[in-house]
Amino acid sequence: MSASTMGSGPNMGSGTDLTPKVHRFEAIVVGGGGAGLYAALALSKEKVQTAVLSKLYPSRSHTGAAQGGIGAALANVEDDNPEWHMYDTVKGSDFLADQDAVELMCNEAVETVYELEHLGLPFNRTADGKIDQRKFGGHTKDHGKGPVKRACFSADRTGHMILQTLYQQCIKNEVDFFDEFHVMDLILKDGVCRGVVAYEINNGSLHIFHAKAVLFATGGSGRMFKITSNAHALTGDGMAVALRRGVPLEDMEFFQFHPTGIYKMGILLSEACRGEGGIIRNGKGERFMERYAPTIKDLAPRDIVSRCIHQEVLEGRGVNGKDYVHLDLTHLGAEVIEKKLPDISDFVRTYMGIDPVKDLIPIQPTAHYAMGGIPANKDSEVVGDENNTVVKGFYAAGECACVSVHGANRLGTNSLVDILVFGRRAGLSMAKYCRSNDFAALPANADEEVKAQIDRLRSNSGEERTLTLRSDLQASMTDNCGVYRTEGTLKKALSDIAVFKSRFSKLHVSDRSQVFNTDLLDAMELCNLIDLARVTVEAALARQESRGAHYREDFQKRDDAKWLKHSLASLSNGKVDLKYKPVVMGKFPLQERKY
Amino acid sequence: MKVALRIQRFNPDTDKSPHFEDYTVESELTDRILDAILQVKGLTDGTLTLRKSCAHGVCGSDGMRINGRNALACRELIMNHKQPIVIEPMKGFSIIKDLVVDMEPFFNKYKSVKPYLINDEAAPAKERPQSEKDRMKFEDTTKCILCACCTTSCPTYWADSDFVGPAALVAAHRFIFDSRDRAGEERLDIVGEKEGAWKCRTIFNCTDACPRGIQVTQAIGEIKRKEIFG
Repeated sequence: MSASTMGSGPNMGSGTDLTPKVHRFEAIVVGGGGAGLYAALALSKEKVQTAVLSKLYPSRSHTGAAQGGIGAALANVEDDNPEWHMYDTVKGSDFLADQDAVELMCNEAVETVYELEHLGLPFNRTADGKIDQRKFGGHTKDHGKGPVKRACFSADRTGHMILQTLYQQCIKNEVDFFDEFHVMDLILKDGVCRGVVAYEINNGSLHIFHAKAVLFATGGSGRMFKITSNAHALTGDGMAVALRRGVPLEDMEFFQFHPTGIYKMGILLSEACRGEGGIIRNGKGERFMERYAPTIKDLAPRDIVSRCIHQEVLEGRGVNGKDYVHLDLTHLGAEVIEKKLPDISDFVRTYMGIDPVKDLIPIQPTAHYAMGGIPANKDSEVVGDENNTVVKGFYAAGECACVSVHGANRLGTNSLVDILVFGRRAGLSMAKYCRSNDFAALPANADEEVKAQIDRLRSNSGEERTLTLRSDLQASMTDNCGVYRTEGTLKKALSDIAVFKSRFSKLHVSDRSQVFNTDLLDAMELCNLIDLARVTVEAALARQESRGAHYREDFQKRDDAKWLKHSLASLSNGKVDLKYKPVVMGKFPLQERKY
Repeated sequence: MKVALRIQRFNPDTDKSPHFEDYTVESELTDRILDAILQVKGLTDGTLTLRKSCAHGVCGSDGMRINGRNALACRELIMNHKQPIVIEPMKGFSIIKDLVVDMEPFFNKYKSVKPYLINDEAAPAKERPQSEKDRMKFEDTTKCILCACCTTSCPTYWADSDFVGPAALVAAHRFIFDSRDRAGEERLDIVGEKEGAWKCRTIFNCTDACPRGIQVTQAIGEIKRKEIFG
């Protein structure tokens, strides 16, 4: 049963009755990106009755924007092994990643890449027909001895190929898709998940999906920032729904700023640019990363490079005294640029009107990736407290989840490794759960809160506009909770957010129709961003140290004695409550993070 | 500076047929047309409806007709277009509301060509080898983002909505020419039908419209050649 055969044609018009349609599937996957689709594929192969709910057509998901590669120690072009990948990931995370999860991810990355190839992914090839590999930031040989070629890639559109391949295989395996269904609530009672409530964008109707197991694979929340590489759709919906249902969010203070976003627009220029030999230059033309990371220079991890760019700008070495620097690809030659970086070359030409073969590219850090999210264990089960108590039937994978394999700073390529390894694991563990559990009963009026939320938004009579309020939120988060933070900026962000929250109650939704009401959708998304911004800032204010992407000017050192722990932020009755749980250590002892 | 837009509007609740409305917004010349449309939605009329997501030409959400040509609104800069910039939904699909069209028939056609790798042989422990030369045979058609700019610019499709359309043929090409696939014949049978590749009249609108620069007409030509010569 696809969305199109449900008798909900495009022109139902307003006045749709608000009785929800109830569906029953053993497994519901929310989100049609890489993690969700891999889970759905695994579930369908296990013969579990599965539906994917996605607010976009799955092929629009932001996995498709990932460029550079998938880190996996295939050793196709030079010596490598998963243990080196683990070391790099743990060190890159500034020792906040859970080492048991990292170990599992780096080991399974290898078989996962081969499986993707078998599913049809068109990787670039070496001269002898193997999957080609390239260098990437923070990935090194033998525990930091120099860069290593570990990223398996398909030009600079690896994510696009992953998304296409998995979507195609889901079609082949006849997965049910409910496209343009926006999930607004999780049905959770007595610690057991029972389904979700969704809003059908096409006609404004409500749907209850009764399920044994629900996976959130809803992606990131980068739209809380002004300069971001993230799609408009990345408003943290799944994280916000979980938060409102009492699931704490883990490590939200860690948000990655990617060093090479197109100036002012934030569009991502892959780290593969530097993997292929590109370098970053300040306003004086200096390759400044040599000073900060003498061993791997421009291929230092993203948190470090982003801070160095800010530092150069602060010290007056931005280009023309402004807040940007240059990415220099001119020495790579036209052939490497056209063959290995075709898409980013196209972005530079289209949006900046310059030629990367001849011109320097103005760049600045861009909000890119949430390391934090819904706490999940290695089997992608959501763990709802500091004792890692499993929330039965509820799963999370991909950027919306926090396993944690990225700790305080994610390495390039590891987001794709994460969605693939844990997306697939989620599918397999849900299949197991579905086989040994019955449907838990649906509570009465499961859609009550969603109805109330929609009614509130529709009946507001205020003058506040979504665009204005969202822009103010984004500006405040970028200014006050960006690459550098202090107690002062974070407190400013908190007081701003309190104002935004009250302005939100006066939001005017001018579109009152039932048909494809994106005005209403924008408002729902903004509500999610405001709640997530709140817990992000509260967790950042509490953490009085600098670690990975969280850099406090007033606490510049990492403080393992006090802060080697994950934060868990809950939100109830307008108050944020912070708890902590220990980091899982392993074979890699704490050390100073130098490159 | 001020930018003039003329946008086709259609509200199924109140309108019998679409009409145009004029808008003026403050924008930079270097802004995307998508940015200008979102200014209208955000500040002038919240009921204006469109799909959007990545905003840099890789997700395929915001295909529309801009000054008479299909394009992604997020890949077009204001400075490259004559004003008022005339914005219409893609032609050939039914309109749901304003710039949003019904994509279901499009995705159904895509699915009809078996757009997935078929190979039931036991997989090796590592990768299936493929030479760069073999990969390059279908590299161009792997770039498709299913935005439908090609299919909705095709006069043949406008005249005959049973035509499978260029996007589905691009998907078929991507697998027919993949050395790892084993269902080429099956797919050639599907696209060899009268509503398949032969319906293409080589008008090249699809190639012109493709925001990913795919040589669509050439790919369809390669399918036709394969139909005849194997």
